[in-house]
This record gives sequence, structure tokens and C-alpha cells, in this order.
Amino acid sequence: MMEEGRKGRYTSSERRLQALVQHLSPSGSSLAGVVQMEVTASGPVGSVFEHVEQAPEDPILGVTVAYNKDPSPIKVNLGVGAYRTEEGKPVILNVVRKAEERLLADRSRYKEYLPITGLADFNKLSAKLIFGKESPALLEKRVATAQCLSGTGSLRVGAEFLAKHYFQRLVFLPAPTWGNHHKIFSNGGLTVKTYRYYDPRTRGLDYQGMVEDIRAAPSGSLILLHACAHNPTGVDPTPEQWEGLRQLIRNKRHLPFFDSAYQGFASGSLDLDALAVRSFVADGGELLVAQSFAKNMGLYGERVGSLSIVCKKEAIATHVESQLKLVIRPMYSNPPIHGASIVATILGDSELYAEWTIELKAMANRIISMRHQLHSAIQARGTPGDWTHILKQIGMFSFTGLNREQVAFMTKEYHIYMTSDGRISMAGLSSKTVPHLADAIHAAVTGLSFSRQ
Amino acid sequence: MAGRAIARSNMRAGKRFMSTAGWWSHVTPAPRDPILGVTEAFLADTHPSKVNVGVGAYRNDKGKPVVLQCVREAERRIAGSKFMEYLPMGGSVKFTEFAIRLAYGDEADVLNDKRVASVQTLSGTGACRLFADFQKRFKPESLVYIPIPTCHHNIWRDARVESRLFRYYDPATKGLDFSGLMEDVKNAPSGSFFLLHACAHNPTGVDPSEEQWKEISQLFKEKGHFPLFDMAYQGFASGDTEKDGQAIRIFMNDGHQIACGQSFAKNMGLYGQRVGCLSVICSTPQESVAVKSQLQQIARPMYSNPPLHGAEIVSTILSDPELKDLWHKEVKEMADRIISMREALRFNLEKLGSKLNWQHVTDQIGMFCYSGLTEEQVDRLTREFHVYLTRNGRISMAGVTTGNVEYLANAVHEVSK
Repeated sequence: MMEEGRKGRYTSSERRLQALVQHLSPSGSSLAGVVQMEVTASGPVGSVFEHVEQAPEDPILGVTVAYNKDPSPIKVNLGVGAYRTEEGKPVILNVVRKAEERLLADRSRYKEYLPITGLADFNKLSAKLIFGKESPALLEKRVATAQCLSGTGSLRVGAEFLAKHYFQRLVFLPAPTWGNHHKIFSNGGLTVKTYRYYDPRTRGLDYQGMVEDIRAAPSGSLILLHACAHNPTGVDPTPEQWEGLRQLIRNKRHLPFFDSAYQGFASGSLDLDALAVRSFVADGGELLVAQSFAKNMGLYGERVGSLSIVCKKEAIATHVESQLKLVIRPMYSNPPIHGASIVATILGDSELYAEWTIELKAMANRIISMRHQLHSAIQARGTPGDWTHILKQIGMFSFTGLNREQVAFMTKEYHIYMTSDGRISMAGLSSKTVPHLADAIHAAVTGLSFSRQ
Repeated sequence: MAGRAIARSNMRAGKRFMSTAGWWSHVTPAPRDPILGVTEAFLADTHPSKVNVGVGAYRNDKGKPVVLQCVREAERRIAGSKFMEYLPMGGSVKFTEFAIRLAYGDEADVLNDKRVASVQTLSGTGACRLFADFQKRFKPESLVYIPIPTCHHNIWRDARVESRLFRYYDPATKGLDFSGLMEDVKNAPSGSFFLLHACAHNPTGVDPSEEQWKEISQLFKEKGHFPLFDMAYQGFASGDTEKDGQAIRIFMNDGHQIACGQSFAKNMGLYGQRVGCLSVICSTPQESVAVKSQLQQIARPMYSNPPLHGAEIVSTILSDPELKDLWHKEVKEMADRIISMREALRFNLEKLGSKLNWQHVTDQIGMFCYSGLTEEQVDRLTREFHVYLTRNGRISMAGVTTGNVEYLANAVHEVSK
């Protein structure tokens, strides 16, 4: 009876009730009020959010969800990009442990609010790491840096700042790019376009296409560049190609926005992995760079990162920093202290820093050795096709070139979990699981028709 | 000829573009944050008697910041943890489960019915911003009403939700303008969203009484308004977490499907860790799953997932009966000290023979006292007496100690007599 009342069609008993209510109540309150009070006593009437549909699962995180559900003992998770040891275990770096212990032991430390732009020491050290401590931009004090929530947060704060203060609304992302980039920029108020990047035929860089698209972009466009270890393909421009891109971008007066999530993790050398960014600073031009310490310090969950904006003059950098605060304050007021304190402790102590570079190199080397092992294993099985891209690509991920069908087959028959675009996380491989993966690839490639993407 | 002129003009334009000015020369300096700017100025002052009653962070009677014992113990326990990987987008499930139990009460029906969508957020600000973005996305035509005064404007502005004000503080009584509030609630279009401070209103310290909350709740039902509670001081206001949650319980028991933003910045002293929770009461468990999934979609392109450390501290405390008891004791101590400072400040002002009515100092509750001082009087307090507070006359009682209360009372008396 009550159900229909809610939909506005009263039953006869409700009409009788309504007549009665009008007699009893001096204000002649309607039946709707009575019905509502009745129902709310036992539960809610209706929600303002009834129309909210369930959002689709995040495609990357969804891989781990599926992996966890699989009872097979031979399953392998090559989905999400978090580093794993040879034993398949997550890692907390020794230097991080040491830094944490120091922080814990320091009873004089408080947990008060950081400034809006975060921990000053962390900002200085983070900027030095990417730009180099002798960088003219730093020496001339024309870099505005704000601690943000890892790479995502740095990109988002940058996007919102650009949407407010930059004359061009267009941002060009490489095709493909990390799945979250699109929404970060569009939610931040910019219009997203793409430039050609990955060439499925070579499983390498479509340099010609990239140059053409960047040249065709309206002057002053924002160009998102992966500083190194492109996610998801692992394909990076060569130094010569970076130089060509730099000249083109400067000639077109585009504004480069670097996403640096793997400094030190790609080649094992912090300086080498920062070369592209530094070349754009060396020419005296302006740029933005978002840094993440999630992977290279293993601080994933602590959300440590920074946004740096290189400006022409010190006075301008000061103004820019003040405007960054206005973006950050209504978003989350000020950033979390714990992770940034760990990073500042490590980067600010020469011994800990040296130890860190060794641990970082070990992680990068393990990944490089996995690439070699996988390549050898595929060769050993005589799998058709050219698999050298596995060696040429760099960083945590490899775009194998496998198609959706092949990936689905590998998941079903071999319990290999990876994203449907054929991306594997090399960090999830170990010497033990390489043979199994090679078997799976071999079966997928020879068993199903080998379709060119 | 014309061609060369055009070419030269283009080159000049190009040169201007690539000039020494760069892209950002038009960026003007932003005004200083009014609240955080006060502490900056205080730190720069070298006067020996300077007093900071500006920013809202707790201080003990020696004027020092405090790390709660329960927090130190929790940190000790979690040190050396093997887990530093990403939390889910909605944050730590364990943390949010404990947080909403605290907000709604352990035995709340809405919890047993599993129809509360909850996500871990970047403290209270993050909870409000996430809700504002969610409101914009799913109720794009709706308005948000915020009380006069409050500090939330920029959050909804950046979420591009149109905001209106509703009367709250009455400068004449330095208390609640209840009739003004009710009138504005009544006149607002049905289905408007209202931001309510659950307890210890910031910046005034003025809260509705239990009776007034009940009346407000009834009027909200008639108007079909949506109540969003910002609860930043649970336990910190009266010293009793249940009592401080009473407004939420009244609304919940009246059947409202509220949303609530919680912060653990003050009541656990976790300020810089940025720990908070946003919860939305829904009609059904399925709806709460859908709502949570959409909140996550908003968080993902903002910061991907929230920070781990602070949430682990809170979970550790709230899941351990001994630690939880210790926390209740410590938060009561903080609240009691503030209440005693209110009493001391009022006592001293009256003892000095002030002709003004200072009853509001003890009537108001929580960290802040809306003194009623004018901007000119505040400027004099700072210039002549080195007392630092925000220009709206808001005194952070947490900065008052037995050591400085007489000095403070004297200064206030001098500028207001």
C-alpha cells in the first residue's frame, strides 16, 4: 500500500486515511507527510542519489582483483606496476626503514600541518634530484615547487593551475598513455588530445608521427611527455630524438609538462633518467614537471611527489607559487607529512642517499635482467616474430604486442594476469616465472592466429 | 613590401612570445592565506611576550604542540610494517569502518544495514572537496548553503557548485541567530544542500542546542534538504565523542540520509597526516556500493589513493580497546583544558572591570572563540601587544595558557574598553 503511495497513486485505503488526517490535523497536513513520517520511522523514503550508477572497475586494479580470486598455484600477476623481488614479494627499501626509525626516535617531531606547498626541505631536495643541483634554474631561484600527492596529485594540481592561468586549454597526451592521465587533465579543466607515439609494427616509437602531430598542434599547446620509462609501452625516444623534439617544441612555443615517475628506476642512473628534462631546462625555456617517489623509493601508499614549474624569472616563480597555494588549499589544504619526511631524510643525508642509489640500481638491474631472461626464453622456444622490443623497451613495463585474444588465452590457460592491451609489468616477473610466461606467450602466438596490431 | 612587413611583425610577435617574460609574467601574487599568514607573522616577531592565538592547532599549557600518547604507541606498533603499497582508491577499509562507527555510533542501524558508503579522504578539507565534486557530478543543478561565517567557500567554488549563505552567527548576542537560520532554511529551494558543522562551529564556537538541532532536523525534512555535516572536532568540543556526535544522531534517527566529513586532525592531533573520512548514508547496500564507486572515480584523477600512515595510526588506536580508552582520556584532557582557559579568560576580563559582556567566551565551545573584536581592535592587539589572531576576531583558545591568559585578557581589555 505504502509503495504505491510513494509513486503518487493512492490506494483507496490511503485516500480514506488522507481524509481522516485532514479532519484530525488543524494544518490539514497532506497524506504525503503522513506516509513520509511512517516510512522514515522504519527506514528512508528515497535517496537523492538513487540515480547513481555503479562506476566501472578500474581496468588496471581490476587485474589484481581477478588475480587474487584465482586459486591456481601457478598464477602470475603482471598487472599493476609495483616492484616485486625475485621471491615475488613487495619491498620496503632499507634506507626507508632507516629513515622511518630516525623519525620515530626523534621525540621532538610533531605532526602539525605542513605549509600548503608542503615540506620545504623536501621541495628543495626533490627539485635538485630532477634538475641537478647545479641547475641554472635552481641557482637563479626561478623554480616554484610544491609537494603534492605523488605523481597523480602533482599532475592534477598542475592541470588546475594551467586551466586557471594558461592561455591554451589543449593538452596533448601520447597514444597510448597511463590510463589515469586523461581524467586528471579533463577533471582539472583542460581539453585532452593525443599525439601518435607507439608504433605497433615496430613495437617502438612512431617518431615521425609524433613529430607531425606535435608540429600540427596549435602554438602554445601543452605537451605531456613521459620523462623516461614510458608507461605503458616502455618505449622512450633516443637522445637524438629528444633533441629533435625539444627543438620542435620550442619552435612551436608549446609548453612541455613532464611526468617523471621512474627517475633512477629506468636505467639505474638518476642523472641519465633526468636527461630529457634537464635538456629542456638548459635551453632556458619554461616547463612543468611532476615527480613521484612511489616506485623509486617504494613509498607507494604514502603518496609522495612534487610539482615544479620552471619560470623565466625569480619574481615570477614567487607569484606562481602563491597561486599554486590557491589551487591546493580548497582541494586538501596541505599535503601529508610522513612520506615527504622520509624522502627528505634520505635525500638530505649523503650516506643514506648513496645507499639509496645502490638499492635503486639493484631494482633497475633486476628488471633489466628479467628482460634478458624473457627474451632468451622466447628465443629458446623458437616463438615466431621479432621479440627484441622486450630488450629495447625500458622501465617497469613492456608492451608485448600481444592482442586481447592472446591475453585472454594466457589468462585462461596459463593464469597469467596482465592488462588487455598486452602490457606486462616486468617487476612482477622472477627467474622462476619467466619460463612459464615464455610458455604462455609461445602457446598464445602459435596456437592462435598471430594478428598484427 | 606588405609581405615583408607582415613577416617582420610576426617575428616581433614571436620574439615577444619568447621574450624574457615567458608564459607567467601575467600571474599576479595571490593574497596570503588569512589563517596561515597569521602564524607566519607570529614566527617572525621577536617580542618576548608574543602570543599566538591564530591557527587552530592544539597547544598544551606550556604552549607546546602535543603528540598524543596513544598516537606514539600506535606509531611504535606499526613501525617496521611490511606494507607500504597503494591503498585502494577508497582508502583503508579497516580505517573507514572504525571511523564511521565513531561518527554514527557502534550500534547504528545504518551500519548494521550496511548502507553507508565511506571513503578515506585527505582530512576534513578532502572530505568536503570530494563531496562537492560528487554533488556537482550527480546533482549538477543543486545549490549548497554555507553558514555565515565559515571557511568552506573556496571548496565549493573550485568544484563549481553555486553557493548561497545562510544566517548563523548573531553578532548582537555573539550566539546563534536561530530564527534567521530557520528562515533561510525555509526559504531555500527544496532539495538544497546545507553544510552544517556537527559541533564546535569554526570560527564562532557557536552550536545549536539539542532542541534547536531537533527543530532544524524537522524543518529539513519538510523541505527535503540534504544535510552535509562537517565534523572536525568530535570529542574535542565537550570531551565526549558521543555528545559531540549528537547532531548527527538526531538527523540520522529522523531518517535523513546525511553525508558526513570527519577529520582526525585535531581530536587525534594528526594534523599533518591528513586523515579523514567521507561517508554518505544511502537507501540500500547496493546504492552505497554504487556511491562509493563513484566517489572513488573522483579521487582517482585527484590523487589516486589516500596516504597510508595516518590511517594506520587511527585504525590501530580505534581497534584496540586499551588504546581507544587512552585516546578518550587524552581527548577529554584537551577539551577540559580549553574549557578551563575559557573560564579563566572570562574571569580575568571581568576582574579587570570590563564593561562589555564576555559570557560568550564560556558559552561558545571548541577550539575557537569569536570574541566580537573589530578588525581595528585586532590590528591594535597585534601591533601594540604582539597578540596574533585572525582579523575576524577569532581567538584560538588552544593557544591560551595559564601563563599567558592574564596578559591576553589585559590586552583584550585595553583595546576594547
